[in-house]
Amino acid sequence: MKFGEFGGMFVAETLVTPLKELEKAYNELKNDERFKAELDYYLKNYAGRPTPLYYAKNLTEKLGGAKIYLKREDLLHSGAHKINNTIGQALLAKYMGKTRLIAETGAGQHGVATAIAGALMGLKVDVYMGAEDVERQKMNVFRMKILGANVIPVESGTRTLKDAINEALRDWVATFEYTHYLIGSVVGPHPYPTIVREFQSVIGKETKRQILEVEGCLPDIIVACVGGGSNAMGIFYPFIEDKNVRLIGVEAGGKGIKTGKHSASLCAGKKGVLHGMLSYFLQDEDGQILDTHSIAPGLDYPGVGPEHAWLKEIGRAEYITVTDEEALKAFLELSKTEGILPALESAHALAYAMKIAKDMSRDEIIVVNLSGRGDKDLDIVMREVGF
Amino acid sequence: MIKKPSLITYITAGDPNISATLEFLDILAKFSEVIELGIPFSDPMADGKTIEKSHYRALKAGTKVGDVFRVVEEFKDLHRTPIVLMTYYNLVFARGLENFVENAKACGVDAMLIVDLPIEEANEYLNACEKFEMKTVFLASPNTPNDRLKAIDEASSGFVYLVSLYGTTGARDKLSNLAFDLIKRAKDVCTKPLAVGFGVSKAEHIRALIEAGADGVVVGSAIVKLIEEFGENAGEKIEEKCRELRKGLNV
Repeated sequence: MKFGEFGGMFVAETLVTPLKELEKAYNELKNDERFKAELDYYLKNYAGRPTPLYYAKNLTEKLGGAKIYLKREDLLHSGAHKINNTIGQALLAKYMGKTRLIAETGAGQHGVATAIAGALMGLKVDVYMGAEDVERQKMNVFRMKILGANVIPVESGTRTLKDAINEALRDWVATFEYTHYLIGSVVGPHPYPTIVREFQSVIGKETKRQILEVEGCLPDIIVACVGGGSNAMGIFYPFIEDKNVRLIGVEAGGKGIKTGKHSASLCAGKKGVLHGMLSYFLQDEDGQILDTHSIAPGLDYPGVGPEHAWLKEIGRAEYITVTDEEALKAFLELSKTEGILPALESAHALAYAMKIAKDMSRDEIIVVNLSGRGDKDLDIVMREVGF
Repeated sequence: MIKKPSLITYITAGDPNISATLEFLDILAKFSEVIELGIPFSDPMADGKTIEKSHYRALKAGTKVGDVFRVVEEFKDLHRTPIVLMTYYNLVFARGLENFVENAKACGVDAMLIVDLPIEEANEYLNACEKFEMKTVFLASPNTPNDRLKAIDEASSGFVYLVSLYGTTGARDKLSNLAFDLIKRAKDVCTKPLAVGFGVSKAEHIRALIEAGADGVVVGSAIVKLIEEFGENAGEKIEEKCRELRKGLNV
């Protein structure tokens, strides 16, 4: 139930029973042959799994160091890894007899992935989105509407992702009898961090099989970006017992840790309790949660999944930061050298891989989780490069 | 810590500023058996719009946890009305669990209610409260099964706070039937006094809940709404509202 001291179920009493019911349903269904077969069917035929593990030859040769492989989650339907989880949880909700999904979304990627899964499974979808994000991400708001979802702007607090989560929790406490809260990352109260990690660990399982096929050995390093941490948990998890594989999570350093404008909860935050979990959070000395910043909307969250907090604590994974500027450079570099536009989130992981690859030997291997495609970020990039 | 029939009133500390809070507490003390004082938090997830906004007003006014402790201390110099400090867990965690409870006790806080700390996660907290003789209040909800209700009753040394509905805090026109079913079950299972809150805003609600077996009734949003409307000058309106609410206690 916990990851060391992290995780837990820190919610108001009314949510305890629904969370226990969810845990029970999940534990039964995860071994149910019919459920597993249906999930596999949708992942393969609808979402487009397995995704390729691509050897980035041009980039590797340009850097002249370790071999860089990209796990191409950007090629999935919807353009990011988020759909692994939304299809899984929407199916879970359907098996539980729920008729409605609610979700929180920051930039809108998880909202879109939930809207897609809702449309697929015939479930009504309401998405909470900070009013500020609604203004910044008009295209995704429209996309969700086209997909049949209802987008509810959240005016409270900082009008961003954390407030959308608060509002989704307020909805769920009143509607849990027929509603499933589809959390988008490895965050929230137990059992969510485990459920989301399980649905995302398909990334790591495939990666392991694929790298063994091509290289005959495991990679030396796996790099993934960490906001809430679902794509990182998904690729890390199947490698946790493989102690020779270094696992590196890259947090959003924003304009630099010293400026205070970043989203690096593990690197610059303190232990705390929010959104149902004990983990690391950006907060002031009283425990008030701070505003965050990142060029990558999907990393813009003041907390992090509790299992990452645990992996950091026991030293199994390392966490570092990459700034907005470095991520932007990596975005442009991959586009030019490989013809692949990475999501700005994934560009954080890529930036770090590029930084270390140069100093590694040519027979060493880095796998980067390319968690999403960058088309969604063109507005931001245009602004940044002054197009 | 409460006797039937009790009116328990709630406001958020620092809304709209900390000196107004002291004035409002003076007024509430005249009309309440117990006062619940909320510590403002950046993310009040269990609260509905009215109380949520009061948290933001208080934070915007610069209210710190230390200010809340100080206002309780000042209040306690003049009054004996029990104070229940209502808070979200991160504020307690950030100060250090034992440290927080010790500080609160030293200021005269009588009991604590941590909204997002269910009994499963409360062992350390319960130890700290026992050590510093702080009374505890835990929430029970209409979907809390009887065995949990029993455990909640055991963990609550002050009283058990029954949540009257599925949802967040906030005034509602009518009481939910869930409230009455829960009171009935709690009367069978619990040994501690029972207070009912969430959605209670009128004298007639109070009367119905007391008649159904509640020992106390909590009114929050209906009072906080007056502060939203009248700001620092809400005192008179609060007094008026409290007079009306107390009529519900004459069963």
